[in-house]
Amino acid sequence: MARVVVDVMLKPEILDPQGQAVLGALARLGHSDITSVRQGKRFELELDAAPDAATLEEVASTLLANTVIEDYSIRVEES
Amino acid sequence: MSARIGVVTFPGSLDDQDAARAVRIAGAEAVSLWHGDADLKGVDAVVLPGGFSYGDYLRCGAIARFAPVMQNVIDAARGGLPVLGICNGFQVLCESHLLPGALIRNDVRKFVCRDQWLRVENANTAWTSDYAEGQEILIPLKNGEGGFVADDRTLDELEGEGRVVFRYLHDNPNGSYRDIAGITNERGNVVGLMPHPEHAVERLTGPSLDGVGFFSSVISQLVDA
Repeated sequence: MARVVVDVMLKPEILDPQGQAVLGALARLGHSDITSVRQGKRFELELDAAPDAATLEEVASTLLANTVIEDYSIRVEES
Repeated sequence: MSARIGVVTFPGSLDDQDAARAVRIAGAEAVSLWHGDADLKGVDAVVLPGGFSYGDYLRCGAIARFAPVMQNVIDAARGGLPVLGICNGFQVLCESHLLPGALIRNDVRKFVCRDQWLRVENANTAWTSDYAEGQEILIPLKNGEGGFVADDRTLDELEGEGRVVFRYLHDNPNGSYRDIAGITNERGNVVGLMPHPEHAVERLTGPSLDGVGFFSSVISQLVDA
């Protein structure tokens, strides 16, 4: 069995209102040294077969991420 | 025989009944289509209504795009079938790549619900031919993730080809790039917008009757065809 982690982040040029809201809350908590927050998604996939790179690319690019606005990275974790 | 316009219901659709009602008020037969049934029942046009399909999980419209009915809607739209996506329906059309760009969370970080003035920029699409170019219309807007974004090249292309169909007037409610409220594909049969024309078809419940033109436009096209 394999474990695959896919991280999805909004592209740098796309506004992230959620990240901005978190940044505002951090400032109110006194963390004024934090100057930027970007919020993303992390998917943890469990496979019962050896992961195939092309299949993982397809899964990430067709469903997990919208490549119009998001970038993704795929990481296979050895079990 | 009157035109038959399908309205798709996904789990979490909210405005399918209003859309069907608008279709009937405009003079066509409304045909209910179910997300899990690939059969388009021979309809002449399709409306993807507003709401929160699949709970907006993952991204708005991202899971609806893969519903059984959508593969046929996508194929038929590429073949010229008129398709209108309203709000969540617009998000589904962008996720399906029938329309370029994407919708992201409002820049104001609030859900916005109000009557919104729009300018009709393109009166040659299947869904806007009963309007005049430059006409200003008032229809309800209600969204939390209505910010239209695309890269500059795509935006320039949309503007250059006259594919911006509606622009927000007076005050951009959600941070949409270049005040874009709605766009169309190259052929003009697929239109998506965030505001809700189906909520502006009766005096009792709407701010105007300005939404009727969407449905009457497509009906007159279907009758002429």
